[in-house]
Amino acid sequence: MATPVMDKAETPDAGSAASPYITVTFRVRRFNPEVSAEATWEDFQLEIDPKERVLDGLHKIKWDVDGTLTFRRSCAHGICGSDAMRINGKNRLACKTLIKDINPEKPITIEPIKGLTVLKDLVVDMEPFFQAYRDVMPFLITKDTNEPTRERLQSAEDRERFDDTTKCILCAACTSSCPVFWNDGQYFGPAAIVNAHRFIFDSRDEAGEQRLEILNDKDGVWRCRTTFNCTDACPRGIEVTKAIQEVKRALITRRF
Amino acid sequence: MKIHKYDTVIVGAGGAGMRAAIESTKRSRTAVLTKLYPTRSHTGAAQGGMAAALANVEEDNWEWHTFDTVKGGDYLVDQDAAEILAKEAIDSVLDLEKMGLPFNRTPDGTIDQRRFGGHSRNHGEAPVRRSCYAADRTGHMILQTLYQNCVKEGVEFFNEFYVLDQLITEEDGIKKSAGVVAYELATGEIHVFQAKAVIYASGGCGKFFKVTSNAHTLTGDGQAAVYRRGLPLEDMEFFQFHPTGIWRMGILLTEGARGEGGILRNKDGERFMEKYAPVMKDLASRDVVSRSIYTEIREGRGCGPEGDHVYLDLTHLPPEQLDAKLPDITEFARTYLGIEPYTDPIPIQPTAHYAMGGIPTNVEGEVLADNTTVVPGLYAAGEVACVSVHGANRLGTNSLLDINVFGRRAGIAAAEYSQKADFVELPENPASLVEEQIERLRTSTGTERVATLRRELQETMDANVMVFRTEQTIKTAVEKITELRERFKNVAIQDKGKRFNTDLLEAIELGNLLDLAEVMAVSALARKESRGGHYREDYPNRDDVNFMRHTMAYREVGDDGTETVRLDYKPVVQTRYQPMERKY
Repeated sequence: MATPVMDKAETPDAGSAASPYITVTFRVRRFNPEVSAEATWEDFQLEIDPKERVLDGLHKIKWDVDGTLTFRRSCAHGICGSDAMRINGKNRLACKTLIKDINPEKPITIEPIKGLTVLKDLVVDMEPFFQAYRDVMPFLITKDTNEPTRERLQSAEDRERFDDTTKCILCAACTSSCPVFWNDGQYFGPAAIVNAHRFIFDSRDEAGEQRLEILNDKDGVWRCRTTFNCTDACPRGIEVTKAIQEVKRALITRRF
Repeated sequence: MKIHKYDTVIVGAGGAGMRAAIESTKRSRTAVLTKLYPTRSHTGAAQGGMAAALANVEEDNWEWHTFDTVKGGDYLVDQDAAEILAKEAIDSVLDLEKMGLPFNRTPDGTIDQRRFGGHSRNHGEAPVRRSCYAADRTGHMILQTLYQNCVKEGVEFFNEFYVLDQLITEEDGIKKSAGVVAYELATGEIHVFQAKAVIYASGGCGKFFKVTSNAHTLTGDGQAAVYRRGLPLEDMEFFQFHPTGIWRMGILLTEGARGEGGILRNKDGERFMEKYAPVMKDLASRDVVSRSIYTEIREGRGCGPEGDHVYLDLTHLPPEQLDAKLPDITEFARTYLGIEPYTDPIPIQPTAHYAMGGIPTNVEGEVLADNTTVVPGLYAAGEVACVSVHGANRLGTNSLLDINVFGRRAGIAAAEYSQKADFVELPENPASLVEEQIERLRTSTGTERVATLRRELQETMDANVMVFRTEQTIKTAVEKITELRERFKNVAIQDKGKRFNTDLLEAIELGNLLDLAEVMAVSALARKESRGGHYREDYPNRDDVNFMRHTMAYREVGDDGTETVRLDYKPVVQTRYQPMERKY
């Protein structure tokens, strides 16, 4: 006998109870400059188990209806950061958003994240986002002349100090939810500040002053208007606005 | 078509690729090609930890780690390679800490360690705390730390460049690597990268299974590229099924959950692993635990109305411990199952997780053209490669270790080679194979759809070559794969454009999966024994007399154009340890 195959609920009408499937409308923002300079909305009706992910719905469209629908995705469980998009007006990961949690009775609108150039459908140009990240020197800097033979010691408390900001997956949900970033793409944006925070508050790092000076710039941390959009958008639950506030405070007190 | 010239080209930007890039960029002009963005790579999904006998919390040493690795791999491990892995583990972890990786800490401020499956004190006496970890997102931290250090070193990345072909030129009767051909996703343009050295670090191929922890993008692109050019693939029949995937979805729930004290239970609430592995219990090696779970299910002790899963029980652990040590996987249970792990057990089933086999290499990461001959200028590291440190079954935490140890080694070896070697001349019309392939798919008027064929492939793989296999089920799979390969010739895509054509990409990926699925099934059919992750119900015992050897699979093309898989075998390197019966 072969290994049991156990996904009978994959097809409609399986299982003992009534079909779990419902009909939903995905209203997707389409754009393909090879075809038209204008972006348009397109509606797709699909049968889906409400416990499935928005990403599963997008796959149903791409695989069974319209192969030209284009989006990025990889891990499908909220860890790779590929599929940040604007779902019902809010930035989320398509693979971490279940249909049942976003009112499937109304059409579900799906658009690319804002503030970055749209290249095709839900795919945006991520380069400015990663450039801002690179600009904050997102790597440990130490002034050791002799490298230690064993690990550097760090107390559990010191490790905890920057734990929250180590969770960042660089999905850009926060940065592309920020009204300041929408209006001025020069602003570093929340994700870059989060990644600066991760090193500024790491007891092993010795370049906190340098990073603070970078963020003291006119396009730096002072542009933040504390709207909390970023914190709401973060799929990893990072308290982004709090991290930005901590960086601001460190700039004033020069203590971190 | 554009032509680029680099000393060293690295294919893939996960853990192995970026660890190699950090070394190779310091020594040679290096380009890293990835079909994603580096931080999207699936190393980031690894959770539980990275093994190293630091002995920070209890007595341990690298020799015990070597033994556990050899035993875990059911003695198909090349023991010289396992010794390197275990010895260099210690510096690998310390290197990552120095690069900034935020490991969890002991009260003394050293790197904390926890238990993991198959890792034991003194050759199997009891579980040992060997896994260095950062909560349950160790892979995420490794990927981020390596990317951060690539930024620091100024590593040159070509993001969303998909490598489709390996270029090989024969000089004086020796096959040498000349470079690779890549497809730029944003524009549809084809790029030839001429390079003195090429390192494959493109990851696994788990997407030929349906229930899998693997990302959608893990489609064996590197393995398929070299296999199509006549190079062998080693031990492809050995695939690991991780015991604890989320029921039906396959999303990984780390073995660290059992390392922290989690228990597997059947429908009667029984801790069934006590029956199958009296000493290591829930922390027996993954192949053993996955088989035990399916044995419970098949004997009617599975949970739920269909009796098709078992439970991972964390409810006896303090919520503070779950929050501190297992925050991500408990959130997965809440998000995807609507279950609160503080109070309710989590439904799980084994999930296709890791390819032990791959592109054969020696311990320097050099790719082999047969049992002994090296292909000058060609390297591989990580899941795409087979060194073989994992043998027939990989131990948990040894893959994050593998990518660091052998990624580093391959990076150094390739860069040193490219410093002394000359460029190998490109073949005539180097991009012709890729151009034809893309043109054929883009203009095809066929009637088959990629998604349909992929679904059928995944279903046959899950049904026939998963945890339990027989001659009959494997033959069924081989026949089905042959049919699907034939139908693939008639596949058509809807997106005919050049810009971000992911429809085209998925078709090419499916072609790779079909090639590798065939190699896997044919290799499994010939291995008439049970060893590690390869379990044959018709041959339930390990057969060291006939099968203590690595499988080497080659693609053969007949005069009439028919393709077949030819199998050969390679001896296992044995040094310290004689094969023994494997008990946990």
